[in-house]
Amino acid sequence: MTEQTTSTENSVDQQHFDTLIADDSRIEPRDWMPEAYRKTLTRQVSQHAHSEIIGMQPEANWITRAPSLKRKAILMAKVQDEAGHGLYLYSAAETLGTPREVLNEQLLSGKAKYSSIFNYPARTWADMGAIGWLVDGAAICNQVPLCRASYGPYGRAMVRICKEESFHQRQGWEILYELSHGSKEQKQMAQDAVNRTYGPALQMFGPPDADSPNSQQSMEWNIKRFSNDELRQRFVDMIVPQAEALGLTLPDPDLKWNEERGHYDYGQLDWDEFMSVIKGSGPCNVQRMQRRRKAHDDGAWVREAAEAYAKRQMQAAAEAAGSADDNEEVSIVAGRASAELIGA
Amino acid sequence: MSENTTGNWPLWEVFVRSSRGLSHVHAGSLHAPDATMAVRNARDLYTRRNEGTSVWVVPADAITSSDPDSKGGYFESAQGKSYRHATYYTKSEGVKHL
Ligand SMILES: [Fe+2]
Ligand SMILES: [Fe+2]
Repeated sequence: MTEQTTSTENSVDQQHFDTLIADDSRIEPRDWMPEAYRKTLTRQVSQHAHSEIIGMQPEANWITRAPSLKRKAILMAKVQDEAGHGLYLYSAAETLGTPREVLNEQLLSGKAKYSSIFNYPARTWADMGAIGWLVDGAAICNQVPLCRASYGPYGRAMVRICKEESFHQRQGWEILYELSHGSKEQKQMAQDAVNRTYGPALQMFGPPDADSPNSQQSMEWNIKRFSNDELRQRFVDMIVPQAEALGLTLPDPDLKWNEERGHYDYGQLDWDEFMSVIKGSGPCNVQRMQRRRKAHDDGAWVREAAEAYAKRQMQAAAEAAGSADDNEEVSIVAGRASAELIGA
Repeated sequence: MSENTTGNWPLWEVFVRSSRGLSHVHAGSLHAPDATMAVRNARDLYTRRNEGTSVWVVPADAITSSDPDSKGGYFESAQGKSYRHATYYTKSEGVKHL
């Protein structure tokens, strides 16, 4: 193939891709796509997956200390959902061509990033409330537009995730509601958790638009639909009345309704701290990674056992196939296995 | 299926029947060492809220798909064949139950 044919083919491919994007259609895994589009998405979707996986830790920390059996069951269901979200997203990321073990290795080696909100500790039970309300709340705000992301598998994963997130946010809000309507100490505990979580939750939308150089390209590709600041504003406008309904305040002296803009004004966030947490100096960065690596290592024997079992089953099935005619019992077992496979 | 090292399990595509009377629809994929584990994991992963009454798993490499490079050309043959659709036939307008 000459160089010229390649570039002609590429431009036809590129045109087809551009048309799909211009029509606000979807790109599917086996479509041609620009390398930069593939790279951007692989990074974004896998970082998103890593965030769900690491994001289990602050809440898992409180499962054994939940104040009631009901709260424990709720928290376990939520943490299990987050594991599920991670798997939906890894599954979407893999369709872009990077195998799971590579993605996993990127997380374990510390090469890949995850959302820096999870590098803060969950100090009290009230943090379970603040995380659900503000962290999952910010995530929803971010994720709803991603349901229309131009990459099909990513959008579909987001639809599935968003359906589950509203339970997360509501259960968190309700934890805070119970506490803020409890004793003075309980209300203070709720307020403290909100005070700690507010700033980092607002930073989940990423740096201010002026400092977010890659956003423009993502918006042109219909991956991102709204800018960081637009989404942050939307979130602030939503949580102010929600905080009022809780009887709690948000720790921002500059927070006030701006009649002219029709939005709440809010104060400067601490972006130096944000950058330092991203770079690894947050209160829990080291702990989160250690915990993740340990969980992976501790699970090795389970993976090995499952694999050894699968291999033996396959050998048995092969032997059974070889002597199927004179071994009725084995062929019944094999028949049952394939019936299960097709859901018969 | 090929030999796999730990953590490099085959990929399974998951199809879920959301309720009786409906077809199985693709839900996503997962890794599992064998079909039995794949079905169990698919249940835990894709049906935590009664989303399914039945699950299929299919080894991803067992799926053959239409030519992805044809950019729709593969499916264009029906264009210009509008006579395959009932709306092509207009003489019967006003005639009931036709
Ligand atoms: Fe999640
Ligand atoms: Fe969540």
